[in-house]
Amino acid sequence: MTGYLLNRLLISGATFLVIITAVFFMIRAAPGGPFDGDRRLPPEVEANLLAAYDLDQPPGRQYLNYLGMLARGDLGPSFKQKDFTVNELIASGLPVSLGVGLTALLLAVLGGVGIGVQAGLSPGSFSDAALMGAANLGLALPSIVLAPLAVLVFAVWLGWLPAGGVGSPAHFILPPLALALPFVTAIARLTRGSVAETLLEPHVMTAHAKGLPHRRIVFRHILPIALLPVLSFLGPAAAALLTGSVVIEQVFELPGIGRYFVQAALNRDYTLVMGVVVVYAAFILMFNLLVDLCYARLDPRIRVAD
Amino acid sequence: MPFFRTALTGTLLARLCSVWILLTLVGAGFGAAWSGWDPEAIDWEALEAAPDAAHWFGTDLIGRDLFARVMLGARVSLTAALIATTVSILIGVPYGAFAGLRGGRTDQLMMRIVDVLYAVPFILVVILLMVVFGREPLLFFLALGAIYWLDIARIVRGQTLVIREQAYIEAARTLGAGRLRILLRHVVPNVAGPALVYATLTIPAVILAESFISFLGLGIQEPDTSWGVLIADGTRTMESAPWTLFFPALFLGLTVWCFNMLGDRLRDQYDRQTRGYTRNIASESAARG
Repeated sequence: MTGYLLNRLLISGATFLVIITAVFFMIRAAPGGPFDGDRRLPPEVEANLLAAYDLDQPPGRQYLNYLGMLARGDLGPSFKQKDFTVNELIASGLPVSLGVGLTALLLAVLGGVGIGVQAGLSPGSFSDAALMGAANLGLALPSIVLAPLAVLVFAVWLGWLPAGGVGSPAHFILPPLALALPFVTAIARLTRGSVAETLLEPHVMTAHAKGLPHRRIVFRHILPIALLPVLSFLGPAAAALLTGSVVIEQVFELPGIGRYFVQAALNRDYTLVMGVVVVYAAFILMFNLLVDLCYARLDPRIRVAD
Repeated sequence: MPFFRTALTGTLLARLCSVWILLTLVGAGFGAAWSGWDPEAIDWEALEAAPDAAHWFGTDLIGRDLFARVMLGARVSLTAALIATTVSILIGVPYGAFAGLRGGRTDQLMMRIVDVLYAVPFILVVILLMVVFGREPLLFFLALGAIYWLDIARIVRGQTLVIREQAYIEAARTLGAGRLRILLRHVVPNVAGPALVYATLTIPAVILAESFISFLGLGIQEPDTSWGVLIADGTRTMESAPWTLFFPALFLGLTVWCFNMLGDRLRDQYDRQTRGYTRNIASESAARG
C-alpha cells in the first residue's frame, strides 16, 4: 500500500505542476498587460513598475522566479489591488469559501447517501419512487437557477433570511444549501444504483441465508461495497463544488476567493488569478489524495496488491 | 430505430420530455420571429412590463421583449450543446478506442491521464481561455467540448476491450489489416452506439456549463444572449420584475432536466440490451479458450 500511496503522491505533484505551468503561460499569452487600462505613464516610471512586478524579465525567467516564490509560500503582490499581497487577499477570502464549501460537501454527502441508501434498499417500492422522484427534481435546479430563486423566495418575498453578505450565522444558511442541493441529487442517484446492484450479490444472499439480522447485513455486507463508487465520485465532486461556489459567492455577495477569481480574470490581475488557481488546485489534489487513501483502506484489492 | 423510439416515447414522462425539447428546438429556430418583436428592439412604452398579450413573457429592464430573448438564448444554448458535444465525441471516441485497442501500458497510461483530468476544475480553465483569447462564441463552444470528452473516452475504451477479442477483429488482423484500418473500420463503427447514447448526457452538462460561464459575465456577450446571461440579468431585476428571472430559469431548468431524463432512459435501455450481449461474448471467448 505504501507503493500505491507514493505513486498517487507523485501523480498529484506532477498534476499540480502541470496546472500551474499551463495557467502561468496562458495568462501571459493574452494580448494586453495588467497596466494597459491605467493612464499613460512616463517610460521610466513604467519600467520601474514592470521591474517591481517582475514583468521586465523574459517569461521563462518569470516562471522560475514564480516557482521559487511559491516554494517559499509567497504568492506575490496583487497587480490591481495595490497595497495588498495575494497572500493577504486569499487569507481573507479563504475562510468564507472553505466554510461554505465544506458545509455544502457535508450536507451533500449526508443527504445524498441517506436518500440513496433508503431508496436503493427497496428498489421499485413506493419510497424508492418518491425519494428518487424528489432527488431527480434537483437535476432541474442547477446552482445558477437555485441560488437566485432561493434569494427571491426566502430573502425578498418571505424575508426570513438575509439576501447576501456576511455578518451573522443567518448569512450562512442559504449559500451552503444552494450549493449542496445539486450534489445531493448526484450522490443520491449514484448511491441508489450502487446499493440496488449490491443487493443482488451472492454474498448478500449468503448473509441472508445465514440468518444475520437485517441491520448487520446492511452495515457490514452492503454499504462498504456499495459506497465505494460514491467515495471515488467525491474527488471530481470536490472540483465541481469549487466551481459551483464561484456562482454562489457571486449571487450571495460573499467575499470568498471565487469572486476574486472572476474579478481578477476580468482585470488581468495575473498574480491573483495564479494565486487562486494554486489554492484551488492544492485543495482539490489534497482532497483527491484523501479519497484515494480512504479507498485504499476500504478496498482489500488495493491493500493486498503490494 | 426502435431502440431510440422506445427510449424517447416509451412512457408519458419520456413523451413529455421529448415534446418539450422539440418545442424548444422549434422555438430556437423560429421563436424570435413569432413574437413579432426583434430581440434587440426596445419598446419604450413597456419598460420592465409584466407578461401580457403584447409581450408574452414581459419585457426586461430596458424594454426588450423577453420571449424573443429567451428564444434567442435557446438558439445560443442549443448551438453550444451541439458543437461541444460533437467535439467531445470527436476527441473521446478515437482516444478511448485507441487506448482499448492498444491495451497494456499505453492503455493504462492513457486512462490514468483521464483519471487525473477528472480532478481538474476545467470550468476555471475555460474562463481563463475566454479572458485570454477574447469572448469568441465559437472558441467558447469548442473549449466546452474539449472538457467533456472524458466520460465518452471511458465508455468507448470499455467497449473496445470487449470488441477487440471478437473473431472479426482477429480475422481482419489475419488478413493483414493495419492498426489504423482496424481502428477506423472495425472498432469505431461498433462503439458509435454507446458513444451516442452517452453523448445525450453530455448535452445537458454542456448547456449548464455554458450558462454557468455566461452567468458570470465571462461567456456570451450583449447584445447576443444565452439563458445564463438572461438569468444573470434576471437576478439583478428580480425584486421589481420576477418574470425576468422566472422564464429563463424555467427554460434552462426544464430543458436540462428533460435531456437528463431521456439520456438516463437511453443509457439504462442500452445497458440492459448489451449486458446480455457482453455476457455472450465473454462466454464465447471463454469457450474458445
